[in-house]
Parts: sequence; structure tokens; C-alpha cells
Amino acid sequence: MSALSALLVRDVRVALRVGGGALAGVLFFLAVVVLIPFAFGPDLALLQRVGSAILWLGALLASLLGLDRLLADDHADGSLDLLLMGRAPLELVVAMKALAHWLTTGLPLVIAAPVLGLLLNLDLDAMAVVTLTLAIGTPALTFIGLIGAALAAALRRGGLLLPVLVLPLTIPVLIFGVAAANAAVVGPMPVATPLTILCALTLVSAVIGTFAAAATLRHGME
Amino acid sequence: MPLIDLANPTRFLALTARVLPWLIGLTVVTFVGGLYLAFFVAPDDYQQGATVKIMFIHVPNAWLSMFVWGLMSVAALGTLVWRHPLADVAAKCAAPLGAAFTFLALVTGSLWGRPMWGTYWVWDARLTSVLVLFLMYLALIALWRTVDDPSRAGRAAAILTLVGAINLPIIKFSVDWWNTLHQPASIMRLGGPSIHWTIQIPLWAMTIAFTLLFLALHLAAMRNELMRRRVRTLRLLQAQGARV
Amino acid sequence: MTLKLAGSDLACVRGGREVFAGVSFSVAAGEALVLTGPNGAGKTTLLRAIASLLRFAAGRLDFQASDPEAVLAEESHYLGHQDALKPSLTVGENLAFWADFLGVAASDSGKGLAAVGLAELARTPAAFLSAGQRRRLSLARLVAAPRPVWLLDEPTTALDARAQEILAALMRDHLKGGGLIVAATHGVLPLERASELRLGGAA
Repeated sequence: MSALSALLVRDVRVALRVGGGALAGVLFFLAVVVLIPFAFGPDLALLQRVGSAILWLGALLASLLGLDRLLADDHADGSLDLLLMGRAPLELVVAMKALAHWLTTGLPLVIAAPVLGLLLNLDLDAMAVVTLTLAIGTPALTFIGLIGAALAAALRRGGLLLPVLVLPLTIPVLIFGVAAANAAVVGPMPVATPLTILCALTLVSAVIGTFAAAATLRHGME
Repeated sequence: MPLIDLANPTRFLALTARVLPWLIGLTVVTFVGGLYLAFFVAPDDYQQGATVKIMFIHVPNAWLSMFVWGLMSVAALGTLVWRHPLADVAAKCAAPLGAAFTFLALVTGSLWGRPMWGTYWVWDARLTSVLVLFLMYLALIALWRTVDDPSRAGRAAAILTLVGAINLPIIKFSVDWWNTLHQPASIMRLGGPSIHWTIQIPLWAMTIAFTLLFLALHLAAMRNELMRRRVRTLRLLQAQGARV
Repeated sequence: MTLKLAGSDLACVRGGREVFAGVSFSVAAGEALVLTGPNGAGKTTLLRAIASLLRFAAGRLDFQASDPEAVLAEESHYLGHQDALKPSLTVGENLAFWADFLGVAASDSGKGLAAVGLAELARTPAAFLSAGQRRRLSLARLVAAPRPVWLLDEPTTALDARAQEILAALMRDHLKGGGLIVAATHGVLPLERASELRLGGAA
């Protein structure tokens, strides 16, 4: 097995075996979606109007879960030292870890979204579009979160600092994700506009996230 | 004296000790001049009355909030790329000042908005962007405070500053876009179809005054930070000497 | 094999404090260098800096191998105080990962486990290992993914007598095969001919 695929397999294995695995994020997602009607009231019409926004918000918060552990664990047990001494460039190593995180945290959220959409009285079209936007946007959230994860690992203080660092940077993804989801249902704007911008954000964050995270880890070693 | 000599902390301290009193004096003078122009030369707005003059404080603060992040980005490059010894000192001292100017921009914008919109806060594009910028300043300051070792904190903060600098245009673009989606077109009017010289000149004067204020405060803060680091080094040496 | 590692006038600064300065050494294929000195003298720092995990503040480090394009970090093993093991993975999975990641093709994790006497524990989750067994698993990494330079930080820690014999055998075989070793230790290492570099003892 090549170095990078071995890393991917290892990270997915560890994520699935530790602390609830892929279900932890989904459960948190579910908890958030259940809480919202208690705050807003059971008005189905209202929930339907804000449904895609609630799903996006829940997915955003749930994908922050486990981000601090993403790199901090490897730093704490000495694996990061060895990862730096492999033949694969650190940027790709970090990208693989992000991919593993998305597969075990982001992807379950995408799969759960249509089911949770039922709780919010979303119709089929809306559910389909929200799921699509989440599928495109959750990788962006993982890559942006990667920067915070690298800072938390390099500085060895995680906790509340990570969400504070990461959340402002995720605002564009949230804006365009919800806009794309709503545009498909409500119109009048064609859904292509925010959707393509969302794709662009994911691609840009993939590049910035991996390079910034790799730079942080390198500098943080000293 | 070539610019590179400023890289030496001792020379920097000596130079700023000489320059700072003049800079403070110049700041006071430009403030007095600017305020005079703002109050007595600039006319009242036909719609807003005298409250439009909050603009003379609001606009310079908003400009500075972005300028300071730009300055920190250059300092971040100085830390990461050129390893300039004073770069992270400059960045660390600029962050709280930038946050303060952003906060003032928000507050003055809000006070200005009250008579205009009837509420203290409106989620319009400009205020929202500045609010997000304020959040990012606070995150950066939190990062600086999290680590004891100044050079490690400096590198981490430098990376976050650069990531923020890349993201700020994206965030601004996103918020503008979001705002046109959700709000009817109630755009803040700056004071007419074209900006008359009676408004432009006081505006420039106040902007220069605030910029000089930032420079003076920044240099003073950098001196303090350099002193702080000297104390820290002395303490470390003391502990190391006692270890033997 | 033209394997050589030489440092001249090396210095390291950590947290504003100069850990060591003016350090020079030279190690060639089949040779070993032992780092000694009190705690805080910089043995770990020197090893980590050679492994390219830290930067040298001054001095030069020269590395020559048969491949002129070789990068020192990719040709060395670093055995630090930590074991780099994931408790949720089995012994075999842990080693196979490092063999795949650090090695070139044909890295052999079975051989590695056998060499350190952990073959029968291959299916056990690493969380159940004792400290000595974890250390041995780290040593297995050195066998499973062969690399010419070994940087060992107090390798005998937590090893019982039998495990220390295994370590001695591994080190002898490595040197005989043309590798080189730089090891930091507080005690005595089972190496016949090794040059010593003493760090620390300041003022």
C-alpha cells in the first residue's frame, strides 16, 4: 500500500473505532435539529422556510467536532514527528488526514441530512438540494477547520480557541451553502450562481487549508 | 541611517525614544485641526443634521481597522519569510490597537445608525463585515495570549493573520452578496451624490490624525513589548544560572 | 557504502535559551556515536535537529549517502521518548502502517514483529501492551522499514534484560549492514566501538 493510502486507511480506522466513531457527529447533528423547534415553536411553515438554514447550521457545528483531535493526537503521541519524516510531503499528509476526517464526520452528516430534513418538514426538492450543497460544502468546512486543528496541535492548547479561530472563516461557506439551498426552492435566482461559488470556496479552502496547516505544523515543531 | 538598522531592537528603542515625543505632538496638532474642520467647516447634512459628523470619526476608524490588518499581514510575511526580529513584535502590538479601532468603528456606526434607521444595530453589509473583522481580531488576540513563548506564538499568529488576510476579501464579498439577498436596498448614504470639499478635507484631516494616533500608540506599544521580552530573557537567564 | 553524517559548530536555541553551541561530530557507515550528558544538556534537541524536526541556529550538518539526492529526514529513523502507537489499532496494524508509510516497497512488518519477539501479539490492540512491549514495537519499526541512519533517544528505557539483548543484536546487525547510529543515553549502551560526544556541563 502506498504511504498516503496507508495513512488514509489508518486514520479512518482510528476514527471509526474511537469514541462513537462516525455516529458522534450525526448524533450531535440530530440533537441540534431537535432543539431548534423547541426554540422556534412547532410552526411547520416557519420550519420549512428556515429548514435548509438549520440543517446547514447543524452540519457546521457538528463538523467542528473532533477537529481538535485531528492533529493534536498525532502530536501528543509522537506520530507527527514520524509523519514529518516520511517520503510524502507534509501538505499531502495533512490533506489525507482532512479527507479521513471528512469521510468519518462530514459524509455521515451529508447522509443524515435528508432524514433530518423530514423533521423540519422540508419537501423532496429542498432536501435534495440541501444534501447536494452539504456534500460540496462540508469538505470546505473540514479544510478550514484543518487550520484551527493545526494551530491547536502546534500550540497544545485547544479547547474553545479552535471554534473561535475557525468560525469566522466558515462564514462564506455558510452564506453560499444556504443561499444555494434556498435558491433552488424559493428562486428567483438560479441556483447555479451560489452553487458554483460554493464549489470555488471548497477548492480554495482545500488549497489554503492544507498549506496553512502544513506551515503551522512545521513552524510549531520548533 | 539605513532601514535595516531598525531591525536591531536596541537601535529601534533609541530611535523611537527620540521620535515618539514629536509624533505625539504632531498627532495632537492634527487632531485639533481635524476636529476644528469637522465641527466648524463641514456643513450639516440636510437630512441627518449634525449627527452626520459622527462620520468624521467613524470613517477613519473603519479605514484603520482594515489598514492595521494589512500592516499585520506585512509583519506576518516579515516573520515567516524574512525572519525579521521585530516583525512579530510589530504584529503583536498592532492587534489590540486594530481591535480597538474596529470596535470604535462599530460603536460609532451604531450610534450613527440610531437616528437614521431607528435601531442600534442593522445587519447591513458594512456593519456585518466589520463585525466579522472584529471577531477575527479577537481570535488573533486570544491566540497571542495562549502561548508563553513569544516566537512560537508569533509564527502561529503570522499564519493566522495571512489566512485571515486572504479570507477578508472573500468574507466581504460573501456578506455583500448575502446582504443584497436579504435586505431591501437601504444603503447608508455618505452625504450626497458627490463629496464636497467641505466634507472631504475634514475627512482627510481626521483620517491622518487617527493614523498618526495609531502610529504613536503602536511605537509606544512596541517599546513596551521589547522591554517585556528583555525582562523575560533576564528571568530565564537567572533561572538557568541558578540551575548549575 | 558512502554513508556519512558530520556536523560542525552546531548550535540550537529553544524558547530563547541557547541549548548547546559549538558542537561538532562525524559518523560514517558502520559507526556509532553516543551522546551523553546531564538532563537539559540538549541530547534530545540535537537528535531532533538532526532529524530535521528542529532547526539549527548555527553550524553545518553534512549528510552523504549513495544516492546524491537523499534527504536526511527521509533516510533516518527517529526513536524518541514517545512510541507513536494508536491504542485502538492492533499491534500488527500499527506496525504495518509505519512500514508502509516510512518504507519503500517490500517493507516487512512480519519480519519486524518477529525480530522483537512480538509476533504472537500481532492481533492484540496496542492499548493492552506493557511499557516494555510498546518500546519493542517501536523498535520493530526500525526493522520493518529499513533506513540507514538511526537516531535513538534513550533506547534502553523501559526495556527488560531480554529486550535489551534484542536491542543490542539489532544495533549490531544495523552497523554490520553499513548503517550508522546516533544514540543518546544516560546509561551504557551495548555497543563495542562507539565514539562519545558529551553535551552540557555548562559553566
